[in-house]
Amino acid sequence: MPTRQLFDQALDDLNEKIFRLGDMARSQVKDAMTSLDKQDLELANQVITGDLQVNELQAEIEEQCMLLIATQQPFAKDLRKIVGNFKISINLERIGDLAVDLAKLSLRIGNEKLIKPLIDLPRMVELVREMITQGLMAGKNENTEEALAMAAKDDIVDHLYNQIFSELLILMIEDPKKIHQSTYLLFAARALERAGDYCTNISEEVLYIVAGKREDLN
Amino acid sequence: MRDKIVVENLDLFYGDNQALKNISLKMPERSVTALIGPSGCGKSTFIRSLNRMHDLLPNVKILGKIRIDDQDIYNDATDISLLRKRVGMVFQSPNPFPKSIYENVAYGPRIHGETSKAHLDEIVEVSLKGSVLWNEVKDRLHKSAMGLSGGQQQRLCIARLLAVEPEVLLMDEPTSALDPISTMKIEELIGQLKLKYTIVIVTHNMHQASRISDQTAFFLSGELVETDETGVLFTRPADQRTEDYISGRFG
Repeated sequence: MPTRQLFDQALDDLNEKIFRLGDMARSQVKDAMTSLDKQDLELANQVITGDLQVNELQAEIEEQCMLLIATQQPFAKDLRKIVGNFKISINLERIGDLAVDLAKLSLRIGNEKLIKPLIDLPRMVELVREMITQGLMAGKNENTEEALAMAAKDDIVDHLYNQIFSELLILMIEDPKKIHQSTYLLFAARALERAGDYCTNISEEVLYIVAGKREDLN
Repeated sequence: MRDKIVVENLDLFYGDNQALKNISLKMPERSVTALIGPSGCGKSTFIRSLNRMHDLLPNVKILGKIRIDDQDIYNDATDISLLRKRVGMVFQSPNPFPKSIYENVAYGPRIHGETSKAHLDEIVEVSLKGSVLWNEVKDRLHKSAMGLSGGQQQRLCIARLLAVEPEVLLMDEPTSALDPISTMKIEELIGQLKLKYTIVIVTHNMHQASRISDQTAFFLSGELVETDETGVLFTRPADQRTEDYISGRFG
């Protein structure tokens, strides 16, 4: 009989919860972006209330990590998995908070006509969503190359942010009436740029879990 | 930190059976080295070789070198009783003499020639304070040691060692027969003792090793698989066999 079967099951269960939290964060940013793009204020409100569930699941994960440390007294990779996944959960929860920031911006803009079609912002959202999935899969498969490939995508996120920044700056210079909404859109871009950084933190945790190494990927 | 004990290429045979295979390990002065590994891995054999306990057994062959303070302890010129005074040992089950608490501690200094009552009184007090037992026994020093609890008996055995002013303390599973509170007291004591002595401890309890030691050595089938700082070995061991053992996925 393999030893520590129950503990291994508990670790699998923890991993399954991390994936659920990842799915929540992914759909929260997607819905927040849709609310901004389609000016769907009801959807924006749903994102804001939906954050409660994200927080609850993160708290549940935190509790489970504490319980596993207290009761199983893990060493080596087991310990790194618990600490690493705990930190991953914090980063996912923060991505959830950024989705709320986006939703609030779409409420602020309200039904005021958008000053430009949103192109790069949805691209940033798609990248962040991809990065979350790729990071969690890298963790599950203990694949450091995949984790590094994910972190490398943050460069594209940063590039898009810089592009949006320049574009909005020009719009603001051309027409001061657009400053108000441009600022909100700039905040939105900034939130997504931060979300990319949180994704690179997830990659860092995967490297720590798999190889026991601390590396700055941002 | 200076290395107090240096073991180089140690092989040990019980008859034809090789119990230790080419072990090299340095144990720094005033620190705790924990030896861990499954039953039969050679950790107790190893610790016993550090004060020549195997001399008492027939058919034991030892190759390689063990140096304490640069002195080869298997050299013919080594005075074994002096060696055992310098390198004391505590065993799994406390083994006080069936005498009074005082006599247990005074015994060692007496056989090493101490006769002054005043001086012996002082040695007994200092040693019992050193093993954090003094406050519990100071009013019954002349009562039998056999009336003490297991944890107190183990601390008495440590006081008995301290009385002869050793340099190295070897501990072979010193808490495996004790309850959790007594175990914690011994662990706390080890933390204090390492400020003065070099300690080598064999323990089956990995969490104990992780709590009390500065470096940990993992033995398996007579080989030394891995040695590292305790914090490193228990969080990111280099060898998969160490990983499997400490995370309980062994065998």
